This record gives sequence, C-alpha cells and structure tokens, in this order.
Amino acid sequence: MPAIMFIHADGRPDRVETSGGESAMQAATRHGIDGILAECGGNAMCATCHVYVDESWLTRLPEMADDEDALLDGTAAERRPSSRLSCQIKITPELDGLVLRLPERQV
Amino acid sequence: MTASGAAGSGVPHLDVDPFDMTFLADPYPAHELLREAGPVVYLDKWNVYGVTRYAEVHAVLNDPATFCSSRGVGLSDFKKETPWRPPSLILEADPPAHTRTRAVLSKVLSPTVMKQVRDRFAAAAEERVDALLEQRSFDAITDLAEAYPLSIFPDALGLKPEGREHLIPYASVVFNAFGPPNELRQQAIERSAPHQAYVAEQCQRENLAPGGFGACIHAQVDEGAITASEAPLLVRSLLSAGLDTTVNGIGAAVYCLARFPDQWQRLREDLTLARGAFEEAVRFESPVQTFFRTTTREVELSGAKIGEGEKVLMFLAAANRDPRRWDEPGRYDITRRTSGHVGFGSGIHMCVGQLVARLEGEVMLTALARRIAKIEITGEPKRRFNNTLRGLDSLPVTITPA
Repeated sequence: MPAIMFIHADGRPDRVETSGGESAMQAATRHGIDGILAECGGNAMCATCHVYVDESWLTRLPEMADDEDALLDGTAAERRPSSRLSCQIKITPELDGLVLRLPERQV
Repeated sequence: MTASGAAGSGVPHLDVDPFDMTFLADPYPAHELLREAGPVVYLDKWNVYGVTRYAEVHAVLNDPATFCSSRGVGLSDFKKETPWRPPSLILEADPPAHTRTRAVLSKVLSPTVMKQVRDRFAAAAEERVDALLEQRSFDAITDLAEAYPLSIFPDALGLKPEGREHLIPYASVVFNAFGPPNELRQQAIERSAPHQAYVAEQCQRENLAPGGFGACIHAQVDEGAITASEAPLLVRSLLSAGLDTTVNGIGAAVYCLARFPDQWQRLREDLTLARGAFEEAVRFESPVQTFFRTTTREVELSGAKIGEGEKVLMFLAAANRDPRRWDEPGRYDITRRTSGHVGFGSGIHMCVGQLVARLEGEVMLTALARRIAKIEITGEPKRRFNNTLRGLDSLPVTITPA
C-alpha cells in the first residue's frame, strides 16, 4: 500500500501507511495526526483538513473541484497556491511518497 | 420490549416505539437493544426498517440514490400523503434538484462567511456571560442555550425584531412533524398556524435586512442560481433548522460540562479544547436523534433485503454511541477524535449550517470556561419532548466566577 508523509507545522515528519482507496485525510485521522481536524468527516464542507502540498507533487494531483476551491478561501491558516483539502486527495499507487505539510491551525 | 426473529426475512422484528415518551425520556437502553438485535431491524409499531449501528447509518446516509429524501425525511411518505407544509427544497429533495439549492446555502454559510461573523458572535457570547455572572443562579436552557443563539442568529439572518418569539415554536413543530402521527406531532401541527404565518412572512425579500444570510439567499436570484419563488423557501430552511438545533447543541454541551466536572476543568486549563468540547457534546447527546429515508428500489443492506418504497429510520444518536465504532462511547471526553460522528448527518445532506453551530458552540464555551470556575446543577433537569430533537426544557444551575 502507498505511504504518504505528513510534515507537522513544527517540522516533525510522520510517515503514514494508507489502506486501499482512502483519502489523505482518512489516513491522517486513522493514525491520529492531530494537525488534521476533519470536522465534517470528509464531506468537503468545513475546510479543517487543509494541507500544503509539497511543490514537487503539486502537478501530480488531480485538479480540484469548484467546491474545494471555494472552501479553501475560508481556511484558518493562510491559503497558498499549494493549498488543498486532504479529504479530496484520494491516495492511489501513483501517490506513493506524497509529501503534505500541515498548517499552523485548522480553526 | 422484545426481539423476535421474523420467519424468512432474517430481519428481527421489534416491538419498540422510538417516539413514545418512555423511549424519548431515556433512549439508551432501547438503542442498545436495537443495535444488538441486528444491523437492520423492523419496527412493527410504525412499519419501518431501522438502522442503529454506525456502519449502516453511515451507509444509508451516503447512498442518497437508493435511500432518498424527496419522499420526506419523516415517517410520512410524500408519494402517498400530502406533506403538512410545502416540502423543503434542500432537506426533502434529491439530486439534481438538491445539488443546486445546496450550493446556494453552502455559499451563504461558508467558512469564509464564518470568518466575517466570528468577532460578532464571540462578542455576543461575552455579553451573555456578563449577564450570567450578574445572575449567578439561572436556567441554563432559557438564559444561556436559548438566549445566546436568539441574540445573534435572527440578526445574522436579518429578521425584523417583531415576532421572533415564533422561531423556537416553529422549529419545534418542524421537528415534531418528522415523527409518526402521535400526540406530539398532532398537537404541534394543530397549533402551528400562527408560527407558519410568521415564518412565511419573514422569508420574503422585503422583510430581510441587507447583508444578512436571508438577503444573501435572495441575492442568488439575481445571479440566476435560484428562482424568486425558491428563495423564500430556502430562507425558511434556515428558520426551521438554524435555531432550535443550536439551542439543543449548546444546551447539551453545558449539560455535559456541568455533569462531568473533570471535563470542565480540562477545558478551563486549555481553552483551545472548546470547539472539541462542543463537537463531543453533539456526538454524545445527538440533538438531532433520527431521520428517515425512503428506498427508491429493492436493496440489500448488510444481508437484509428491503423492498422499494420502504421507510428506513436512521438512529443517528445510536450510531454515535455504537461500541463498534467508538471507544467508551458512553463517556463524554472533550479530547476525543470525533471526526466521522453523524450528529450533523453525513453525505450530501449533512447539516449545511454545521459551521454556524460549531462557531456558536466554540465561542460560547470559550467565554464560559474563561470566566467561570464552577457550574453546579441545583435542581432537577426537565426534559423537553420532541419526536426528533433531544434536549432539556430546564436546567437550573449556579455558577462560581473564576
């Protein structure tokens, strides 16, 4: 199964093994990564699973939908060009090694 | 209450009425009985299927094509019965119609909008605590859980000052009406005329102050997103579901924190836990206890065959305490990872006002915990009975300032 890397706001890395077909958010909450809140449980409604995608991976992710784009305008931490909602990133084998940086805050 | 296997079908039939007073007064023993009886049960009293385990409740919520909402999310099947009021364009709708109206309300209540109202909501919470500190002894339902949302939400919507006393009674009718034709429902509808008249009037564009959520909905007509006749009904959704739910949510949180002083201490030591304390109260008490769906086709759910046109009752509250999903589900723990609870539902119909609810809960609990050392329950809490909502009518408390 593909593994992904979360880098906490303080720089601490956390490697997470994903299980089939789950989103980066689901992998994070299953492993107790506390920088991901995911208040709405993955329904693309709350913008509390915000991540900054490592530059080298940015173009390799599927494009975001309009609702994700709109929600990202409301994130607690600053929105950057690399901002995504981790509930909308489905982990496929091609994303093995994906690096996601966590913002300072989610609310 | 007994569980007996029905011949052939494999679905246990139960003699449980989830809308009678005994059940509503203390639903937990019956929830456990239903959860342990099987993944899908049949309730003979109202001829409906029921799901009480987390996995099945979550599955039904997330398959709106099979388990639809347009035939009503209460017991009444809109295909067979005339609804008591014109159906909601969002709650009682399916895609693609639902997708369009949902997008409008999502935009009006988005995280971006929450950032704009946050300071105002927080200031009103501080003012409420000022008043409570003067009182010292008060009713935590009337003076806190109701008073706080009433001090901000109608203004945020842009409602006129007159007639706001209809808001909570109207919501109470709406949530009672999802239930079966019992006394709670009949009485609520019989008395609903003045509340309905008030709400219909308030939903009109000319009665909504500029800049409020209501005016923002009407502005979507100019964008071509909805029609002029749809806008008032979408405003009605906020009037129906935006106030009583947060009253019960905040009431639940205060009731939890008063009952579990260790959790209150924990919150006082770390105010960043306020949002989690509110969310855990929504899981623990589940202010919205149940919703129905109707099957659009024959379907097999966890081995149970359900025919087309059947009502399925989802016990959100039972799913939120399913030991298959939650460790120590009966414990109120403000540090719990609550992500995935179904207190706000899940899937395309998940509460569109969840961000408003969380904001109100967070700023209110923060203000309370910062300035109050102790909350003591000083009298017998009284329950308010509703077919769908769980909450208190009265919670006498005395507070000690920090």
